[in-house]
Amino acid sequence: MIKLPIYFDNAATTPVDKRVLEKMTPYFTEIFGNPNSQHVFGRESVKAVDNARDTIAGIINAKPNEIYFTSGGTEGDNWALRGVANAYKDRGKHIIISPIEHAAMIETAKALVKEGFTVDFMKVDGEGFVDLEHLKSIIRDDTIFVGCMMANNEVGTIEPIKEIAAIAHEKNAVCFTDAVQAAGVLDIDVKDLGVDLMSMSSHKIYGPKGVGALYIRNGLRISSIIAGGHQERMKRGGTTNVAGVVGFSEAFKIANEEREKNFNYVSSLRNHFIDRVINEVPFVKLNGPDKDKRDKYRLPANADFSFRYIEGESILFSLDLAGIAVSSGSACSSGSLEPSHVLLALGLPEGLAHGSIRFSFGKHNTMEEVDYAVDEIKKAVERLRAMSPLFKIEGDKKYV
Amino acid sequence: MAKTVVVGLSGGVDSSVAALLLKEQGYNVIGLYMNNWEEQDECGHCTGEEDWGDVRRVANKIGIPYYSVNFAKEYMDRVFSYFLKEYNAGRTPNPDVLCNREIKFKDFKEKAFELGAEYIATGHYCDILHEDGKHYLLKAKDQNKDQTYFLNQLSQSQLNKVLFPLGKLEKSEVRAIAEKNGLATAKKKDSTGICFIGERNFRNFLQTYIPAKRGQIKTYDGKVLGEHLGLMYYTIGQRRGLNIGGQKGDDGSRWFVIEKDLKNNILYVAHGEEDRLYSDGLIASTINWIPEVPTKKEFDCTAKFRYRQPEQKCRVKITGDTVYVEFYEKQRAITEGQFAVFYQGEKCIGGGVIEKAIFKK
Repeated sequence: MIKLPIYFDNAATTPVDKRVLEKMTPYFTEIFGNPNSQHVFGRESVKAVDNARDTIAGIINAKPNEIYFTSGGTEGDNWALRGVANAYKDRGKHIIISPIEHAAMIETAKALVKEGFTVDFMKVDGEGFVDLEHLKSIIRDDTIFVGCMMANNEVGTIEPIKEIAAIAHEKNAVCFTDAVQAAGVLDIDVKDLGVDLMSMSSHKIYGPKGVGALYIRNGLRISSIIAGGHQERMKRGGTTNVAGVVGFSEAFKIANEEREKNFNYVSSLRNHFIDRVINEVPFVKLNGPDKDKRDKYRLPANADFSFRYIEGESILFSLDLAGIAVSSGSACSSGSLEPSHVLLALGLPEGLAHGSIRFSFGKHNTMEEVDYAVDEIKKAVERLRAMSPLFKIEGDKKYV
Repeated sequence: MAKTVVVGLSGGVDSSVAALLLKEQGYNVIGLYMNNWEEQDECGHCTGEEDWGDVRRVANKIGIPYYSVNFAKEYMDRVFSYFLKEYNAGRTPNPDVLCNREIKFKDFKEKAFELGAEYIATGHYCDILHEDGKHYLLKAKDQNKDQTYFLNQLSQSQLNKVLFPLGKLEKSEVRAIAEKNGLATAKKKDSTGICFIGERNFRNFLQTYIPAKRGQIKTYDGKVLGEHLGLMYYTIGQRRGLNIGGQKGDDGSRWFVIEKDLKNNILYVAHGEEDRLYSDGLIASTINWIPEVPTKKEFDCTAKFRYRQPEQKCRVKITGDTVYVEFYEKQRAITEGQFAVFYQGEKCIGGGVIEKAIFKK
């Protein structure tokens, strides 16, 4: 008997690994000192923070003093873009980002436009891959920032960050990558990639929520966005979230050690899922990289489908009632009309963008769960299509 | 297996208790919150967020799943555009009636059935009788709260598969049930006025959508008494807010609006005897009958010409798509754009939009 509910929304967040929780526990009650304090309690805490910084730096081939702890991906994105814009505005006010960035980037960019910066978007193709030639054609002498996520949260596309960084550096622009979905899943070497900044988050890799890190290459100028005490080498005020940082580093360490195993296992679930859906559900579109690129160019956990003639929201609700948790577009609490900006950037018509569902698998999922979900999806889709006037008009025709 | 019912949760006490009662009756209850109006207030807060927060608290307390859907586009296209059109035409529309016909008992209902609902339910104060394949709309036990007025435009297919759990309850009982069960909305203030305007200043709101054209306030003798701020802000019979105080009529009585001349942008006022506000009948269009068109084309019934009004005795004459309503007692300030809603005993038998008042010489 299968245990419900089933969690297929691992790109939204993941459960904390028990080993991570165990590492964190003492830092709430026993080792509680402020890491900035000059006494034994403080020293015990700062030791844990130092260890965490060393661990994380080691995994991405950075130096410990290039790791700045944050409250998570959104803060990292905000800080990278705003901090660079502020520090480099004398050199130029031109910013380039991809159109499929997280809202944390897009909204920060919009705010900067109001402050006199110019923002251009690099083109992506129908699978979500950045068009490098287009990037070369829009980058200018006054471009100060080029930002692109390493892997997209919605459709899973893995971007050519090394090439993007090279193009940025030719024009002396700072290159940033949002690795929130990629860190802990892909093998990352910041020196090899050549990026100047990289944001990471803990809760996507079985760590606690509310903590993450920004890699800032030594020598890069960046302004602070959170003024306060002397924490994080005076660049980010606020008492360090010691337990969180410990949890993040443990989660990252485990993710790194088990990366290949998890990658292969989660991929196998995902591939089985994609194959079954494509074969068994009519009128579906796999969004993001094509099926034959999924093993190299798509996050192993990700499958994003549009179900023609039905709204993604309706499938989401139906699957939830059947005990399967998935995501439609980006999560919004009280309901949003806007179709996913990512799918629109990929050139999907609004109807298909509205009908999209993201399934994201994790290491705790099983093949039985995947099969159960596919069976439920078939039922839900068939039931909803039977109620869809659009399907009655167009769908029947295509069946003939 | 328990029947599934989807309840429209608004974040108010009425729909909260409706959901609770259905759950207690053994239904498989799902809550659905509608976001029909996307706007931020002066402080940048999303106006619906507080209600959505209450929906979450209530649904969690009752122990039901809940979702949120967005019909802002549909509301804009089918309700708000009508609202503006009517104001532009110098009438006083009732968007809440339209919201029920165009959104709650249409898109919302469709969404509910997608969720597997066998019934939908709302926290309206009214009752429903499903009998012999027909659906009768009945007045609420709480006559002060009866909301059949707002549901007069619902077709039979819209009333099909609908439950109104509050029909036999007084408002005070509803609040008591909410309190006893610890629902977060137990003491929440009732919403007043038009939902998307809320507590805001009506004139300021309207002004952002319809440019106000100032003009003269005149008497029928041609005497100019002052300036009006835009005809849309006034309704027939209105006494307050004319700002021509101190110019009382010869007999010391107050001025009131008697006519809105849209063509010349003049607001006509009169004072003293209100005779000219009292009409003998009205013509209504966009008629909906519940459960069906009456077989007799002429009959006696009672009617309301605005929400807060006791029923008035009248005679209805059906002629094609419109009805002529003859009053037994003259009615004050019949307002174009509001609805005339008809009753026979406990049944609401339909209604239509008031096109104009009829004055016999």
